[in-house]
Amino acid sequence: MARAVSVQKKWTYTVLVWIVALLIFFPILWTILTSFKTEGDAILFPPAFFPPHWTLENFTEVQSRSDYFKHFFNSVVIAGGSTLLALIIAVPAAWSMAFSPTRRTKDILMWMLSTKMMPAVGVLVPIYLIFKNLNLLDTLGGLTIILMLINLPIVIWMLYTYFKEIPVDILEACRMDGAVLWKEIVYVLLPMAVPGIASTMLLNIILAWNEAFWTLNLTAAGAAPLTAFIASYSSPEGLFWAKLSAASTMAIAPILLLGWFSQRQLVRGLTFGAVK
Amino acid sequence: MGSIILRNVRKVFGEVEVIPNVDLTIEDGEFVVFVGPSGCGKSTLLRLIAGLEDVTSGAIEIDGVDVAKEPPARRGLSMVFQSYALYPHMSVRSNIAFPLKMAGVSRDVIDSKVEKAASTLNLTGYLDRRPGQLSGGQRQRVAIGRAIVREPKAFLFDEPLSNLDAALRGQMRIEITQLHQTLATTMVYVTHDQIEAMTMADKIVVLNAGNIEQVGTPLELYNNPANLFVAGFIGSPRMNLLTPPPPGRDGAATIGIRPEDIQLSTEAGEWPGKVRIAEHLGSDTFFHIDVDDVGAITARAPGEFALSAGDAVWMTPNPERIHRFDGEGKALR
Repeated sequence: MARAVSVQKKWTYTVLVWIVALLIFFPILWTILTSFKTEGDAILFPPAFFPPHWTLENFTEVQSRSDYFKHFFNSVVIAGGSTLLALIIAVPAAWSMAFSPTRRTKDILMWMLSTKMMPAVGVLVPIYLIFKNLNLLDTLGGLTIILMLINLPIVIWMLYTYFKEIPVDILEACRMDGAVLWKEIVYVLLPMAVPGIASTMLLNIILAWNEAFWTLNLTAAGAAPLTAFIASYSSPEGLFWAKLSAASTMAIAPILLLGWFSQRQLVRGLTFGAVK
Repeated sequence: MGSIILRNVRKVFGEVEVIPNVDLTIEDGEFVVFVGPSGCGKSTLLRLIAGLEDVTSGAIEIDGVDVAKEPPARRGLSMVFQSYALYPHMSVRSNIAFPLKMAGVSRDVIDSKVEKAASTLNLTGYLDRRPGQLSGGQRQRVAIGRAIVREPKAFLFDEPLSNLDAALRGQMRIEITQLHQTLATTMVYVTHDQIEAMTMADKIVVLNAGNIEQVGTPLELYNNPANLFVAGFIGSPRMNLLTPPPPGRDGAATIGIRPEDIQLSTEAGEWPGKVRIAEHLGSDTFFHIDVDDVGAITARAPGEFALSAGDAVWMTPNPERIHRFDGEGKALR
């Protein structure tokens, strides 16, 4: 009897989870399906679920109209560069907060997190002006720096959480063994924190890849990443749903694949430290 | 060489004074054990010597050089931790080689030293394993191996055996003692286990609330405890401390008598009592005896002694083995 109940419960959960997952995934699926429709089929009412006439025309047109690979390259540089830069700054910061905390460490962590709660638009004008004066507008370097800055609090927080899990004894043993600070970090701390660092990197790449506010406001043509590439398809001439969908599909495909292949690492990373 | 001298060492954590003022001399080649109840500051004192904590004031001299301001890496000491603190991502070989690698020793020398340490510690077959694949005793051997390869001025041990089971602890105790005889290097060993202290030490330092209560050889402490704290702490079962002394044993605020210094008899003696609990260990028998006007007394009889709970018994203390203490707890000699 109890067994029957638990089987029933399991099935209910499975079905529920599938429904929720499909609901979340539906917009992405719809975008992908629409990208294979003709512009006419894309605005049919009632809508057709599967494309009545499958076509790749949208993709070729998108590539010829606005250079996909240039935007893709920009996205890779910005997401990758800001992630590397953030790690270089965050590793020592998280190290010092995790292993030699002071009375104010907790407050500093909270303060860093609080900067994420401020609406970005609040600092748009000052940052725009700073970028303008420093000639950073529409440059890959400028975008890399700004995306590194906005994600830095999260990177530090995540690394801090991972580092806290590493027994202090091991680092002390390392000091007794004659290691100076940088050797301690390179030979012992980083190898032990590899899973945590990997998931932090992944999350940061995804966040930077998807970031639209700053990338749209601080770029024109030169440094525009894929977010700007998508946005260029909502034009004054009206929306071309199929082409917009094709552009979106091409923009999200790399990060979707990356997320798909590293989902195990990502889930482990995000729940790490929650259960000890 | 590896003499360690502490001069006026003081350590304060925030508002708490953990070590008020310690002076101590550890001779080259000595095996010194810091012992005391938990929270007495023994581990802190070891960490101050190691350099893992900074002294608030005072000097720590190793071979005559004050190293109080030097980082751990520059003090030339090795440490074995309670948790072993092995590097989980490295093989046993790399773990043992790590201090040599940090010192910039050449590959060939590293290999030969690691092989030598491994054979000393019976680890030769395990060199390519990870620490996670070893038993507790093997892990502790790797930790010791990592400590000995760089031939330090002194070894520091922070309760290295407390994570091991009783049988293994006995065995490792002997191995560490043998290691000390072979290497003849200074060893400073922290423990709360007085059996380890008594069996391994050349010199025991008894600590209480950050202060040194007494320094001496194991038998000096056992036979001539300087105060009530040492008298009660060293020896198992602990010394019977009687305050005030029973009639006829005046001249002191407290007298102490060890369980084995009490003669038991079923016929006659100084104090009559009744057995509350009898513990028969085979080699010895411990009796917990209630005595009117005196209180509870523990007595030890060698071998089998046929008494059980509820039996009447007479006790006579060996007058030459009675310890006398004044009102402040200091021994009267």
